[in-house]
This record gives sequence, structure tokens and C-alpha cells, in this order.
Amino acid sequence: MNRVLIVAEHLDGKLNAAVAKCVTCATAIPDAEIAIAVLAREGGTVAGAAAAIAGVARVLLVKNPANEPVLAAVLAPQVAKLAEGYGFVFGPSTTFGKDLMPRVAALLGAPQVSDIMAVESPTRFRRPVYAANAIATVESPAGRQIVATVRVASFQAAADGGQAPIETRALDVKLPQSTRFVSVSAARSDRPDLQTATRVVSGGRALGSAENFKLIQALADKLGAAIGASRAAVDAGYAPNELQVGQTGKIIAPELYVAVGISGAIQHLTGIKDARTIVAINKDAEAPIFEVADYGLVGDLFSLVPEIEKLL
Amino acid sequence: MRRILVGIKRVIDYNVRVRVRPDGSGVVTDGVKMSANPFDSIALEEALRLRERGEADEVVAVSVGPLEAQQQLRDALAMGADRAILVKADAAIEPPAVARVLLKLVERESPRLVLLGKQAIDDDCNQTGQMLAALWDRPQATSASKIEIQGDTARVTREVDAGLETIEVDMPAVCTTDLRLNEPRYIKLPDIMKAKKKPLDVIELATLGVDSAPILKVLKFEQPPQRQKGVIVKDAAALVAALKQKGLA
Repeated sequence: MNRVLIVAEHLDGKLNAAVAKCVTCATAIPDAEIAIAVLAREGGTVAGAAAAIAGVARVLLVKNPANEPVLAAVLAPQVAKLAEGYGFVFGPSTTFGKDLMPRVAALLGAPQVSDIMAVESPTRFRRPVYAANAIATVESPAGRQIVATVRVASFQAAADGGQAPIETRALDVKLPQSTRFVSVSAARSDRPDLQTATRVVSGGRALGSAENFKLIQALADKLGAAIGASRAAVDAGYAPNELQVGQTGKIIAPELYVAVGISGAIQHLTGIKDARTIVAINKDAEAPIFEVADYGLVGDLFSLVPEIEKLL
Repeated sequence: MRRILVGIKRVIDYNVRVRVRPDGSGVVTDGVKMSANPFDSIALEEALRLRERGEADEVVAVSVGPLEAQQQLRDALAMGADRAILVKADAAIEPPAVARVLLKLVERESPRLVLLGKQAIDDDCNQTGQMLAALWDRPQATSASKIEIQGDTARVTREVDAGLETIEVDMPAVCTTDLRLNEPRYIKLPDIMKAKKKPLDVIELATLGVDSAPILKVLKFEQPPQRQKGVIVKDAAALVAALKQKGLA
């Protein structure tokens, strides 16, 4: 029996879609018994959603007012406590998991495998390195507890249909006071979430201004797509940081990715390699984005994008 | 002495197109340009700015790696670090061991802040800062895009999936840097000369008494599957037609 504990990411009573992808990754471990840890203020709804994921054996619910808003320093000792007896402790490779899981690993004295993209055996995993210009196969010692983050773009979400029992756990763990939440500025939008959207339209530096970036919005609206941006566009202030796609931004795997005015730096391509179909619109026929695009359109984006929008 | 410790990792320069060795034993490094990890340069720049704003008295650049990493530390000194320490490690060293080494240095140097890049662009692990914070039992603020010091606390804005999050941490603390924290300054020629006179200590890893044996074994490196180059369509109508045919529009 390979016991896997997955740490649930959630916000405002909603379970993050990345959790069901972690379950799929965990299911790839032979003879896996999967538990999901929900650390929350109340967490009933989130625990319910976690229990409904097919393949989950149990949900461990830890209620504590200190658990929301999320602080890695507060969650880590609780997760480490819950992890006793689990050979595998997984979290999503989102900013939540990236912040939390290494702290958990250090408390457990365990190594961490970051960004698992495939499970080959209970001790063998594949992960991207060098901005995904190489794929490493790593082996952990048999019988040794490991912590990992799961590259969510590499896994489909596990379906619903489970009915796992929810066990409420009280933990006797001292929580630090030295880290305090102040605020979060999150743009509220009706658009699909960038990380899980099936269609994404991204804009680059060639847009030239925040005002011109609205062209991207109009096209995204027509396609029912989420909006992304290249690092250059975010650095220039055309788009907020949470829209950045790439090695250090979001790694995504939509059905359709439309890159508008993006030249295609290696770091950006890292974020879109798993997209099913890539469309590139750029005036520079030599731009590296055309090397990976399924459909390329060379020309002036300011006339082409409105034209495409009209034709859709 | 209010000190800031900055981590500097020697990595393949970010402009190099990395290639896997034909035998899968690693990536090609012969004759390849090496540089400081870009996120670490951002960490150093931030430390220098904090010193210039009077929030620190001394900036110490530290690296754990081969003897050649002295070059990146010399660059750090030329940028403005006051002194540097190289913990010489001849074999590959994993984030948990680097965190233990940094903890040793933290115990010696008693910094109020440790600034590290959020990830190194070679192994892309994004682990060391968080691990150091855990072992040190101190707060962490990862992926920072803004750092403000107020007395003994640091107010840090973090780049998170939802947008920007601000947290407050009591110092000493570990902070890891994201891209938009600052733009590192260029090194000027006279500073390179001055840097030659600044202290750079080399410590043998073995003398620190840290268990540095790797736990994970990399069995092989592979080239990722390449995407097939697609077609150039002649106009907007052809593109929309192709997307509609695929059910994507």
C-alpha cells in the first residue's frame, strides 16, 4: 500500500481545480491509497468537494481560524503532523504549493520532487528542468518519505463520483505568530481561470500599451477564452502579473492558445508546450513563436485581430 | 550589525539554449556561458537598495558550489556586496542540503534578512528558501515583488496566482525574489577593480559538518518532445476556417 496525502488548495469555500489533477497524478502510483488534507477555518464545503473526487479514500479536515487566509508558515507544521505514516505528500505546483510544500519537506526531513509531470513507479518520476528544455527522470530511495509538487498542466482532473469519509482531526501543533496576512489584490473577473481554461488568448509587447491590450480582451470574449500575457507585456504594465504565462509564471495546457504579438522567448514557450493547438499572430515572420505554432499568421496584429474577431 | 545574506548560484546563462548530452547524462556545459542565477541578481540588487536606504549595514553574498562560482561572487562584489563566502562543493548538491549549509552560515552571520532567488533557472526547484526558513524556524516570504522594512518587520508583496498578496513577517526572515522586484544594476569597470580587493572567503563544505549526500538520483536527462512546426496561413479568413474545422472556434 502506497499512502499518498494531498494538500488541498482552496479559496472562498471552493476547492481549487488543481487538487483533482493531483489525485490523477497520485492514482498513477501503483496500489495508492489517497487522502486529501483540508486545512481551513471551517472547510465543510471544501471537504465535501474533495470527498467527491473519484479515487479518494478519505478526507482529513483540520478546522482552525488560523488557517485562513493561507500562510505557509502556519500550514506547514500541521501538514507535517498529518503526514505521519504517509510515504508521499503531494501539493499542486501552484504558487500555494510552491510556497508550502518545501517548508513541509524540510520539517519532515524529506526530499522534494518539484513539478512531477509523470509517475513511472513509486520511486521514479519525471520532471522538467532548464525551463523544460530537458526532462529529468529522478529516483527516490525505496521506503523513504517524499514530498512533491504536481505539475498541474500534465494531468487531467480526476472525475467526481467518489464518496470518501470525512474525518475531522484536531492537531496539537504550535503555530507561529511571526507571519501575518495583510491583504490580497485579486482581480475579480467573469472570465475563465487562466490555469484551467480550455482556451487562452495572450498578448505580448507588440500590443504597445495597456489600452491596446483591450484588443486581446475582445478576441478572448469572442472565443470564451481566458487572458494571458508574456513577461514583456507584464513588465511593461500592459497586463497584471497574475496573467503571466511561462517558466516563472503559469504553465498551462489549454486546447487552444492564441499568441498575439508574442515573439516566443524560451521562457514563454515553456509555459505553453502542452497546449493542444497553438496559433501565433506576429508581424515578424522569423519570430521563434512560429517554430511551435500549429497555425501562424504573419501581419499587423492591429488589423488582423479585429478581422478575426469579426469572422468568429 | 544589520546584515543581509544573499544567495548566488552559478548556472548556465539564461540566454543559452540548453541541450541534453547525447548519452543523457546531463546537459551540455562545455564552453557554455555561466552566470549568476537571474533571480539571485535581483535578490542582490534588493539587498543593495536596502543598504542604500539605511535598512542594512552589510551585504554578504554567499554561494554553494564549485570553485568557479568565485567568478559569480566577484561579480556580486562588483555590483556592491561588501564581502562574499563560497562554500566549496565539488559534487552536485540538492536544495535540502543547500538549506542546511545556509543555516550554518546564518548561525555564524546572524543576518536580519536572507534574500534568495525564488528558483534557480537550472533545476527550477523553487525549494531552498522555504527549506531554510523551516529549518531556521523563521518566517518566509516567497516570490516577492516589493519589500518594505518597518522596524523589525518586513512587509512583502508576493506574486501569487490570484494577483498580489501582502504579508508581514517578523525579522529575521527569509525572502525569495520574483522578477518584478527590481532591475539589477550593471557592473561598472572601476567596480570590477574595486571588487578584487573585497574579501572572498572559501570554506570547504566538509568542514561545516553538514550531510550533503544527495537523496534523489537523476537517472537520465532527455530532450523534451518537440512540437511539429505547423503551417503559415495566408489571412485571417484562412485561420478562422482552420479553427472552425478543428472545432476550436
